[in-house]
Amino acid sequence: MLTAILTGFLFSLLLVFAGKYLKGKLAILSALVPLGLFIYFLQFVETIANGEIISQNVEWVPSFGVNLGFTLDGLSLIFCLMITGIGFLVFAYTAAYLKGHEYLDRFYGYLGIFMGAMLGIVLSDNIISLFVFWELTSLSSFFLIGFNNKEESSRKSAILALVITGFGGLFLLSGALILGSVAGTFTISEMLISKDLISESPHYIIIVAMIFVAAFTKSAQFPFHFWLPGAMKAPTPVSTYLHSATMVKAGIYLLMRFTPVLGSTEFWNSTLIIVGTVTMLYAAIHTLFRTDLKGVLAYSTISALGILVFLIGLGTEEALLAACVFILVHALYKATLFLVTGIIDHETGSRDITLLSGLRKVLFPVAIAGFLAAISNAGIPPSFGFLGKDLIYEATLHFGNSAIFLTALAIITNILLLYAGFLAGIKPFSGKLPENFSKVHMPSFLMWIPPLILAVLGILIGIFPSIIQESLIQPAVTSLGENGGDVLLKLWHGFNTILALSATTIGIGIMLYFLIKPTKKVEIAIEKLEFISPKTITEKFGDAFHYFSSLWTNLFQNGYLRHYVSTIILFLVAVMGYTLLKNTRYRLDYSSFTALTIYEVITVAIMIAGILYTVFTKSRLAAVAALGIVGLTISLIFVYYSAPDLAMTQFSIDTLTVILFVLVLYKLPKYLNLSDYKTRIKDGILSIAFGALISILALEVLAEPQSSEISEFYAENAYLLAKGKNVVNVILVDFRGIDTFMEIAVLTIAAIGVFALLKLRMTAKERITTENKK
Amino acid sequence: MKTVILKTASNYLLPLLLLFSFFILLRGHYLPGGGFVGGLIAAIAFVLHAFANGLENTKQLLRIHPGFLMPVGLALALFSGFSPIIFSDLPFMTGIWFPEPLSVVGMVGSALFFDIGVYLVVVGVSLTIIFTITESA
Amino acid sequence: MEFILAILIGIFYAAGLYMMLRRSLVKLIIGLILLGNGANLLIFLLGRITKGLPPIISGESPVFLGAYADPIPQALILTAIVISFGLQSFAIVLVKRAYTVVKTDDLDQMNSTDQFS
Repeated sequence: MLTAILTGFLFSLLLVFAGKYLKGKLAILSALVPLGLFIYFLQFVETIANGEIISQNVEWVPSFGVNLGFTLDGLSLIFCLMITGIGFLVFAYTAAYLKGHEYLDRFYGYLGIFMGAMLGIVLSDNIISLFVFWELTSLSSFFLIGFNNKEESSRKSAILALVITGFGGLFLLSGALILGSVAGTFTISEMLISKDLISESPHYIIIVAMIFVAAFTKSAQFPFHFWLPGAMKAPTPVSTYLHSATMVKAGIYLLMRFTPVLGSTEFWNSTLIIVGTVTMLYAAIHTLFRTDLKGVLAYSTISALGILVFLIGLGTEEALLAACVFILVHALYKATLFLVTGIIDHETGSRDITLLSGLRKVLFPVAIAGFLAAISNAGIPPSFGFLGKDLIYEATLHFGNSAIFLTALAIITNILLLYAGFLAGIKPFSGKLPENFSKVHMPSFLMWIPPLILAVLGILIGIFPSIIQESLIQPAVTSLGENGGDVLLKLWHGFNTILALSATTIGIGIMLYFLIKPTKKVEIAIEKLEFISPKTITEKFGDAFHYFSSLWTNLFQNGYLRHYVSTIILFLVAVMGYTLLKNTRYRLDYSSFTALTIYEVITVAIMIAGILYTVFTKSRLAAVAALGIVGLTISLIFVYYSAPDLAMTQFSIDTLTVILFVLVLYKLPKYLNLSDYKTRIKDGILSIAFGALISILALEVLAEPQSSEISEFYAENAYLLAKGKNVVNVILVDFRGIDTFMEIAVLTIAAIGVFALLKLRMTAKERITTENKK
Repeated sequence: MKTVILKTASNYLLPLLLLFSFFILLRGHYLPGGGFVGGLIAAIAFVLHAFANGLENTKQLLRIHPGFLMPVGLALALFSGFSPIIFSDLPFMTGIWFPEPLSVVGMVGSALFFDIGVYLVVVGVSLTIIFTITESA
Repeated sequence: MEFILAILIGIFYAAGLYMMLRRSLVKLIIGLILLGNGANLLIFLLGRITKGLPPIISGESPVFLGAYADPIPQALILTAIVISFGLQSFAIVLVKRAYTVVKTDDLDQMNSTDQFS
């Protein structure tokens, strides 16, 4: 199974080198990759149907308990077949749809990565690896949505989708980590055993909430649904594959996968029912106001996902069965409708529902596919959709006391979905063919065969539901923790309530289709409400963050060195000042201080005068001279206080510094009084506060006892171990020799730096700048 | 600054100061002094000579570019660090000494060579910086 | 004397910081030097100052017979002084170089590469 997942990635990697050939005629060959995988997974059908579970374990990060554990059970198998099967058709379709496109190889690369990652999600038995694959699908989706990277709206939608799904991914990670620590394992199949432990844990609500956010963002549930319509900016094969058939169902998969572990609690069920209901109704109503075919399909997809969440929320055996069936139903008809839309768009150049009509005359096979898909979508017998809808009604009708209310909601949603399906599958082909479309011709068979296959499958399964009943649906329901043994899919249940409800749905739906005509007017009218939609609010949030961060950055990173310095010092003064004021005892023990002598006082006075003169003089040369005096007086201080080595060094360095300054200085311009009075006062206050702080700090430290063990060691062993009597020198060249070696190395680097700065010639760019300044 | 007095004085001062700097360097282990101070004094001696006689004359006197003293000094210091490994099978930077003390210098050991390395580096660095700046100023 | 030295160090720091906050490049370097001197003195003071007892073993004795000044701060400051010479000369040359390229020693004119827009 690892091989199967890696195939997708390897294929993409291969394209980096072989992409050139793919752009030519070999594109169709790439469809062999998903086809091969599809056949590979088909061979497991029988094994799985016999109730077996295939697993494979590859150690990845064993120390963290993260393994690449893969499990293939009924639920995974349905998804695997969908991913590879629809993947095969989409790959083939793309070969014609994007024929000759400049970045066709890239497109296949992203698709390959996506396919591998998506297989990874549904096969992973470890939550951490599931998370990794989860994020990989978000990433590949980002690249695919932004595929037309020259359009701003494409890029914007891609970023929006990435932000929302990536945001959800973070929740998945944290939820997974908490769940793993509560359950004591990261392996999903092992968590089943500790189900009670998890649901009684105090963290249960947090875990579930985090998993919910992840699933809702990925599966476009209200209020995170808005990235999906934007994602329609991607080329149609992507919308078909990622944004209706597979990726958006990853959230559904996650919920289903965790139903046996986390499900059957009040919080789990009621949240899912509420969110699912709101999403399915909200999105279904939205389809009424769309005129763009892909917009209609996007909202109807969101609505269908809402139905799935709602069904998982019901959580009964019937509901889960309905969910399993509906996943397949939806994948079949929605993929068809998307592919049909793609053909229409490709051939006529328009997706505007108000303009398209009568295309059956020129695109007959496509019209058949569209019609069959619309039938299945509407749930008209004998389609597979009819089965699916029946199961939904059965699930809602048998759900305790709120059965009637929930059924009513499901009916409304289904009516609106029927309308949307007809709009996309039938409307463009019926009526009169406008003049300007009369020259439209059939596309390559690569494009119209895939939707036709899917549409026919949707009808075939409806007529012979036994094809999938035992092989796919039953194991899937079993893997959800229910007893799938008594699953029975039938087209004809006899005359009962459900049939009546179905008939009502179909009747009202078709009436609606003939009564309401989509117009631009309504679409524009509804756009006025956009300002309260979750999308706008999220975007406003994003803008606010952006504004705030640039404000923040410009405040602190403004490019003025002295602002940086003063900010740092101000912070230091505030923090240290507060601590000092709070903890200082101001107890100075004057008796321990050395006595004052007159020559010391004079030295210090000279030094202070020198400093003040350095600061306030208007002449640079005077400042340097004063600085020299300050340096000399420092060396005097060293002489007074038993540091002859320091005094000598300070004296020599001071001499050299003054020489250096004088050499450079008279090449530099005169001092300018650049700062105004106010700034100087402000800086002065800050500086004095800083100086005072250091003084207090020094006095405080002096009041503390001093530990001198290390000094004593050096002093006692200077002669015994190092045969030297000048302890300072012994420390430098013997005890801490390596430090000194580093120091002279640093000095060398400084000298080389100086040499390089002055001796190396300017670069051409600098010369131009300099000349321009002249 | 090319006065006759300074010029004449500097000619005598240079060897004197250099000798003094070497003296400071060698006695560093026992009395105030050492490689750093010694090196700085030597650098000042050359700078003084350069001020009095012009940079070109000083450079001629030096023959080599002062920058070459830096790697030589670094190598010497490093060698003194490695010497215990080579000669006595002791860890890096362990002090080893010749058995008999020299007059003035005292015990001669790896530490002294290390200090000489420091001295050379300090002379090299100071002179490189000052000379480079003087030339381009 | 310690008290006076502490105040003196405060003055060094204050003056150094004030100079660093000015817009002129030369003043920035002077501020840096003042700050460095202040830091040296601070280390010196905090290592406790002792009068007239350098850390040099006198006479024939192999160990100290009486009190002595703490050698560690002195070793630290000695390296600090020499390093700061390297740093200062590098800074000075950098200023000179910047001045020849940008033709200004006003720090505010040099912020163009650092602006976030």
